[in-house]
Amino acid sequence: MSPTPPARPREKAQVLDETAFDRALTRIAHEIIEKNDGAKDLAFVGLRTRGVDIARRLAEKIARIDGSTVPVGTLDITLYRDDLDLRGTPVIRGTEIPFSIKGKTVVLVDDVLFTGRTVRAALDALIDLGRPRMIQLATLIDRGHRELPIRPDYVGKNLPTSKKESVAVRMKEHDGEDRVVIVEEEG
Amino acid sequence: MAWTRKDLLTMRDLDAAEITLLVDTAASLEEIASREIKKVPALRGKTVVNLFYENSTRTRTSFEIAGKWLSADVINFSASGSSAAKGESFIDTAKNIEAMSPDVVVVRHSSAGASEILARQMRCSIVNAGDGCHEHPTQALLDLLTIREKKGHFEGLQAAIVGDIAHSRVARSNIHAMRKLGMTVTVAGPPTLIPPFVGELGVKVSHRLEDAIRDVDVIMMLRLQQERMTGGLIPSLREYSRYWGLTLDRLAAHARPDVLIMHPGPVNRGVELSPEVADGPYSVILEQVSKGVAVRMAVLVLLAGSKAAQA
Repeated sequence: MSPTPPARPREKAQVLDETAFDRALTRIAHEIIEKNDGAKDLAFVGLRTRGVDIARRLAEKIARIDGSTVPVGTLDITLYRDDLDLRGTPVIRGTEIPFSIKGKTVVLVDDVLFTGRTVRAALDALIDLGRPRMIQLATLIDRGHRELPIRPDYVGKNLPTSKKESVAVRMKEHDGEDRVVIVEEEG
Repeated sequence: MAWTRKDLLTMRDLDAAEITLLVDTAASLEEIASREIKKVPALRGKTVVNLFYENSTRTRTSFEIAGKWLSADVINFSASGSSAAKGESFIDTAKNIEAMSPDVVVVRHSSAGASEILARQMRCSIVNAGDGCHEHPTQALLDLLTIREKKGHFEGLQAAIVGDIAHSRVARSNIHAMRKLGMTVTVAGPPTLIPPFVGELGVKVSHRLEDAIRDVDVIMMLRLQQERMTGGLIPSLREYSRYWGLTLDRLAAHARPDVLIMHPGPVNRGVELSPEVADGPYSVILEQVSKGVAVRMAVLVLLAGSKAAQA
């Protein structure tokens, strides 16, 4: 919506290429099935935006491996942020979870796990929607620097980073490619 | 799109992008109404004061519910039973409320410009919930949200606003907003209830209901505001209803089969709308009310939750 597109940040290193990206998701899908002894009563809830894409891919993989259909929902945690009024205009795109999470094992899916504050907000948002039996956390990249006691159950890749760097997960659904890169903001 | 305003006073001030941001935000917030636990923590610790100098059920309740669903503390102040009844001036009352550090004050007043006066004097955000015959921006926003959900878009749609245009802040806010979003607007009513120079707002004027409702996508019927009329503007309610009341027969004969019938409420049944039309399949009157809560949540979130909006 912004009239001037932000300057493209400088790419520093590639972390995952398309094959490694897909392999990481395949492994996570297998781990989810193994840990939960199948995919019964499982539900995915992705965090906007790329967490939702990853959740959909995981659901496809599980359908292929196990034959089960795992529902996928979308969570917008803007209304639960602890820094709402420090972030400029809140962009609210809505939560869409068209199934009951009551009694389900919900796997929360995000692309990059960093401070843990987003996940903290997501846990509150999720519990306001019903009482799941269990909540697990899956992330494609864990880049460390946690500020809260939060630990993922499934990790695509652990990636030690400096706080000045940022990790960009690019996905075909939005960016035309499946790749993870470390970028450094210009200026 | 960034929200940069401290206050929401008129639709006239806003540009199409700002209106779209408000409508989009409201659309995303609508699902909260269908939750089992209708509360999100977005405005925890914020205080919203409803400062109402005019009667209101729908709008005040709607702002109150919106604030509460967002976890703000909402305080209602109505002119009757308050210090205003003891002779305190409008600005003194407002200054006293400001001394209690609210984040948003929602004002309804019978004088045009009342909310703007407060916005200039107070540091907190002001929302105009209706100022005399001037504007009622949140009503226009909920009308727009309803229209977009039913029709999918705004550009090119035709609307007829029918009835007491002269006294209607709803009409003014809608005319400004609809024009900015690319809609065509016709206002219709007896000549005594059509303000002079209304054409300067970019609308067509019609003095026959049958002509005004032909081929339009939206018919917005207005309430005959008997409390604002100083007399002599219409011969009788019966005559008004005969020429300007929307009935099923008139709809069937002149309107499109997919037309939306809207009304800002409260409805004078049997005057501007026949009960069969008000409760009929074209009517979206109660959906407008539901959407009102989402729109007011959006306004409160953008005003009290944006960094830029806090001076």
